Amino acid sequence: MATQTPIAISKGDTALSRRLFFDAVQDWLTTVDHKKIGIMYIVYALLFLVVGGFEALLIRIQLAIPNNTFVSPQAFNRLFTMHGTTMVFFVGMPILFGFGNYLIPLMIGARDMAFPRLNSFSFWISAFGGVLLYFSYLGGDGLYGAGSAPDVGWFAYAPLTARIFSPGHSTDYWTLALLLSGVGSIGTALNIVATIICMRCPGMRLNRMPLLPWLYLVTSVMVFVAVSPLTAAQIMLMLDRYVGSHFFDTQAGGSAVLWMHFFWIFGHPEVYILVLPAFAFANEIIPVFSRKAIFGYPAMVAASVGIGFISLSVWAHHMFTVGLGPYGNTFFAFATMIIAVPTGIKIFNWLATLWGGKIQFTVPMMFAVAFLFQFLIAGLTGIMLSIVPFDWQLGNSYFVVAHFHYVLVGAILYMIFSAFYFWYPKMTGRMLNVALGKWHFWLFLIGFHLTFDFMHIPGILGMPRRIYTYEADRGWGTLNMIVSIGAIFQAVATLIFVYNLVSSYFKGEVAGADPWDAWTLEWSTTSPPPGYNFAITPTVESRRPLWDLKHPEDPDSNYEE
Amino acid sequence: MNESVVIHQPTTGEWKLPSRGVVGMACLIVAEAAIFIIFVVAYVFYIGKSIAGPKPHDVLELPIVSTICLLSSSITVHFAVSALHHGKRSLCSIWLALTVLLGGIFLAGTAQEWYQLIYHDGLTIQTNLFGTTFYSLVGLHASHVIVGLLMLSLALLFSLRGQMTVKHTERLEVLSLYWHFVDAVWVVVFLVVYVFGR
Repeated sequence: MATQTPIAISKGDTALSRRLFFDAVQDWLTTVDHKKIGIMYIVYALLFLVVGGFEALLIRIQLAIPNNTFVSPQAFNRLFTMHGTTMVFFVGMPILFGFGNYLIPLMIGARDMAFPRLNSFSFWISAFGGVLLYFSYLGGDGLYGAGSAPDVGWFAYAPLTARIFSPGHSTDYWTLALLLSGVGSIGTALNIVATIICMRCPGMRLNRMPLLPWLYLVTSVMVFVAVSPLTAAQIMLMLDRYVGSHFFDTQAGGSAVLWMHFFWIFGHPEVYILVLPAFAFANEIIPVFSRKAIFGYPAMVAASVGIGFISLSVWAHHMFTVGLGPYGNTFFAFATMIIAVPTGIKIFNWLATLWGGKIQFTVPMMFAVAFLFQFLIAGLTGIMLSIVPFDWQLGNSYFVVAHFHYVLVGAILYMIFSAFYFWYPKMTGRMLNVALGKWHFWLFLIGFHLTFDFMHIPGILGMPRRIYTYEADRGWGTLNMIVSIGAIFQAVATLIFVYNLVSSYFKGEVAGADPWDAWTLEWSTTSPPPGYNFAITPTVESRRPLWDLKHPEDPDSNYEE
Repeated sequence: MNESVVIHQPTTGEWKLPSRGVVGMACLIVAEAAIFIIFVVAYVFYIGKSIAGPKPHDVLELPIVSTICLLSSSITVHFAVSALHHGKRSLCSIWLALTVLLGGIFLAGTAQEWYQLIYHDGLTIQTNLFGTTFYSLVGLHASHVIVGLLMLSLALLFSLRGQMTVKHTERLEVLSLYWHFVDAVWVVVFLVVYVFGR
């Protein structure tokens, strides 16, 4: 955005300004600059966030009162499928990759990613995947005139995805969209790993690297071992649907449970792929506004790597209700509980960072503190669900829905909002409006707790997920109404946020290079950074190079190691 | 200890990081290995679960010649890299050509095997679970062989036109890593499909 050569345009000269417009478009379409690709990822994810949020609103309107017929049952199935798929693959992944793309080279003192053209390719193929998914609303009918958008649920259990039960092309759009987004994810993850390992500036040994690149490194390695199985499973599903193979065809001896395994081998690490970048944001933001270095840097790194490893062995806790036998149940329940240990280490380290700090309650910090509490509760319901008999009782109920939304919204989305308020000045050169930010925070907080606190209760009362409607005498009506009212609060808050993003871009207070008095390298260059990031490749001596620069009398390098 | 951090210091000589090509290829190999593991798991899971014939034991024969060719192509590509490293460009071309030839023989062997299976034994991907898992696993590997052969042929073309020099050694080495991976996968596929699965 700032790299355009400023040219004075006289008002009457529309031909020139049109040419400049097309130049700008061409510049964005063909760019290989990690900052522009990062911003495109983020904007693309925000568009899908609005779409996916709109779908959630429609779902909540349908469920607000008993015996409602606001949408048809068929449309309802499509809505929850598209909502889940959109939010995980076309909001969560791209927004986190967007921030990673933008921040990692800046934080490690590099001028770009390791493979800029691969970066561009990965973005466009992911973007194409998202477009393909939504094109299904138009093209899903296919020659059979059946189906529309995918309606098989976001985990698309077999044999529902077989040709007989899902005629038309809707499931194929779903499969292809995920396959393409998976290819893009693997490409970007590869790029992130190569960048972090091979492009660090002189002096930045791995034990001096900021925690954000560290956590992205763990996330990216997890993408290789988690997203690839999904890609493989999607290839199998495509073969089943197009060539007539029998991977998940139960009538030819195939196994529907095998799909569940393959999907959740992807699906559970995916949760950690999404949450580790959120932890990464917290690792950068909480210390800055506590005015202290992060507590327990090595423990944080070890806990992240530990989470990465353990998360690969917990997938079948999504399948307790299938019946795994006593040994399987014990193993996966145990692994699921064990993962709470490194996660707990992180929470304690954040608390210890806050402890005794001069805490500044800026908008990013408000979101980060809310994240801490909400993530704790989300983790606690997670431990409840890891207990097999409890899961048998509440599996596939709204309790589960409330649990994972507590993680995805209460933890991940909160840290994403926090990251927006924190790094928006770096990306655009202007601060986000604080008053609007506080409105956003409080309205979203009220909405979040109305929706997802109360959503646990109908689950305990027996309300299954994905039901189209329910009888009035079940006693779920009031609770569902409260949940739906909370959704409206969240929608309003999100609109305020989007308005803030747009209006602050034009009218916001000019930020300067380092508005938060922070310590990592991205704040040493201008806001927004020039195309080459750093005029001179920086050299670092500690984990907080800008602290050393600002306090030459007492540099961190005196205390580390 | 008091130097400012963003000032460039001429200590970069000792600051050496791994090559991004090698790291990138290693990442790709990890991701691809995960894909293959899922296909291998599916194959092993469905061994003996086919409802109808033909069964692996009736129709599969050990592809000894193909296997020898593919595995030895790993050695020839290694010789090509080391020839290029020592600046022996024509020797590099010869080793590359041999690699492409050996890979080609392997593919021809697979084609011949599939022809036999499809037209004489009546085994297609639709026949039973064995057909489903066999063709997808072996086919996935074969498609990787094809990609590798295309890239090796391209390298051979550059080499023959004299466009490949010592400074391209690392790039050829990255390509050879991929080729070694394809060979290693074949060892697994060979053991699972032709030895234990038969």
